[in-house]
Amino acid sequence: MTSNSLKKKSFVQKLVAITRMQLFIPVAALLVLVVFNLIADPSFFAIKLGQNSAGQPVFSGYLITILDYGSELAILAIGMTLVTSASGGQDISVGAAIAIAGSVILKVLCGNESRPDHMKAPIIVAFLVACVVAMIFGAFNGALVAFFKIQPMVATLILFTAGRSIAAWINNNELPIISDESFSYFGTFIPGCPIPTPVFIAAACMVVIFLVLKFTNLGLYSQSVGINPSSSRLNGINPAVVKLITYVILGLCVAVVGLIKVSRISTINYSVVAKDIEMDAILAVALGGNALSGGKFSMPASIMGAYIIQFLTTTLYKFNVNSSALPAYKAVVVIILVVLSAPVVREKFNQLKKSRTSGKTVKEAA
Amino acid sequence: MENSVSSRSLKSRLRRMSDTNLLLIITIVVFIFMYAMAVVFLGSGFLKPQNFFNILNENASLIILSCGMSLVMITGGIDISVGQLTSLVCMSCAVFLDMKGGDVGTSMCIALLIGLAFGVVQGYLVAYLEIQPFIVSLAGLFFAKGMTTIVNATQFNVENQQFVAMKNTRITVPFMGSYNKKGVYIPAYIEIGVIVAIAVVILLFILLRWTRLGRNFYAVGGNAQSARLLGINVKRTKFMAHLLCSLLAAIGGYVYFMHVGSGSPSHADGAEMNAIASSIIGGTMLTGGVGNIVGTFFGVLSLSTIKNIVSSLGLDEAWWTNITVAFMLCLFLLVQSLVLRRKAGAKK
Repeated sequence: MTSNSLKKKSFVQKLVAITRMQLFIPVAALLVLVVFNLIADPSFFAIKLGQNSAGQPVFSGYLITILDYGSELAILAIGMTLVTSASGGQDISVGAAIAIAGSVILKVLCGNESRPDHMKAPIIVAFLVACVVAMIFGAFNGALVAFFKIQPMVATLILFTAGRSIAAWINNNELPIISDESFSYFGTFIPGCPIPTPVFIAAACMVVIFLVLKFTNLGLYSQSVGINPSSSRLNGINPAVVKLITYVILGLCVAVVGLIKVSRISTINYSVVAKDIEMDAILAVALGGNALSGGKFSMPASIMGAYIIQFLTTTLYKFNVNSSALPAYKAVVVIILVVLSAPVVREKFNQLKKSRTSGKTVKEAA
Repeated sequence: MENSVSSRSLKSRLRRMSDTNLLLIITIVVFIFMYAMAVVFLGSGFLKPQNFFNILNENASLIILSCGMSLVMITGGIDISVGQLTSLVCMSCAVFLDMKGGDVGTSMCIALLIGLAFGVVQGYLVAYLEIQPFIVSLAGLFFAKGMTTIVNATQFNVENQQFVAMKNTRITVPFMGSYNKKGVYIPAYIEIGVIVAIAVVILLFILLRWTRLGRNFYAVGGNAQSARLLGINVKRTKFMAHLLCSLLAAIGGYVYFMHVGSGSPSHADGAEMNAIASSIIGGTMLTGGVGNIVGTFFGVLSLSTIKNIVSSLGLDEAWWTNITVAFMLCLFLLVQSLVLRRKAGAKK
């Protein structure tokens, strides 16, 4: 009898322990979405091996779409997690910065012609130039945050306002089109490989960031700066430089996503490309259970969060939700998430739990 | 002798001046400088009073939005949902007036109710659940954006007669008119929205300067901890700031609606950026505790003067306006950062 109740208790305790784990929120959200889709329409999970317009074998299906577009978000989430951790704020200019990076790539590849017959430079050169430009803009944001101590979201507001205009200005507001097929491999499919390329790019980014976190102090430093900048300064870390580095890394992520984005359609639309992606990237970090006020973070949870956001988006699309009405639903999700993770709410929840368990013990004693 | 005394007192006064006044003076000087530049470079067109009134007519709603933004920023928060809230108010009122055959009075009530709903939810989340204001209002922004298209996805003009009559009401300003080339007197006019905007500025000025709530805003923004120790209800003060901001956004939204007379999902796109920029240019500190409604008023005027200059210089591609606004924002953020540093230096 007693052993039974003990077992029960340990089971409850285990449950409580599981709910406290960081991966609990993303996994629970994923389960809810999967169950919902299973009930609503199981064909959601079907994957077909079809042929694309070029006659190459490609996988298609909602799950593949999620993997494909979620990969862009996952790459951004990597940078956003670091920025959130170190500076306790988010970069809202990533969408605008993607437009700039994409514009730079097209500018390098096309020169001044709007429809060149062949590319003016190797893709890798264009990509590297875009990386440098995106990192410079990242450093600009980072400098405002780190050295001038402006709140991250307000500092990045500057680029958020100007970014798309700068992107349009780089190409004189023209929309160059690249006809070379090899350019489109990055955003669509490599011939012969049925899995979309962005998945591989994202996987490569994940491996890189895993190695970086494993073999350098970046993760440790950014967390300590996020938790307490002045005590980390006393421990010999320069908080400003750490913050700056995280913003530069986010710039790099932005350049990669910019390449995928322009490669998908072989051109760019300045006002539409990566629209509202900053919201999704922030949401991915929040969904991963990371505190948006900085400090400790879990990279796998953020990456998972990114794919779950894409899962949600795709599910909404499938149920014929107008793309411009999407933000309303996502906003509700954000609000629920931040309310659940708010310290005040958590405290009250814990108090409720405590009073319940203490009530039980009183009953048992009686 | 007397002169030197007064000059010395002026100097020491400048040195001891509070941040609020210093930033206010910077703003007013910038505005006068901008306007003078406009007059010099763009000819005497800018000297006509009507040109000035046009700036007011164009920006009446922005003035109201910026005032709300300043309130929130003084308490140390921020609200980026105001632009999309404007759009939502426009669309809801337009649909109500045009498709549901409603009357103007009820549409105003609808606008206020939308503002109230947003204000209560956002204020509660920020003040009582202590969630970062930026995240809350970002969610509010996206919610309003989505809701606008759910209410109606296309642009249309309102043809309700009562409303059109109100929209076209012009109030002539005596003695400010000008003569055109034929010597015919053209009276200067302002729209109803300008009266509303000026009333809001005056009311908020009084609120911030002479009422307990207004002083509490500064105290909470300056240092929430010590405000709490002084017996100020910090949570309620923050709640009130967000509530007022959303209500003002709704009023601003209605004024915007009266100016354009149509509903569209792309209305007031990016207005939150302009409002934040105006507030910052007007000397409101992002860190809270410093700010002035009069400064905000001049901030809006400076910003729109710059926009006018940019578009009259022939750089009227839309991107130049955005880049200049961003540049101004950057400049004033740096100025603020320097002011803060000066303060920190003075303490040491």
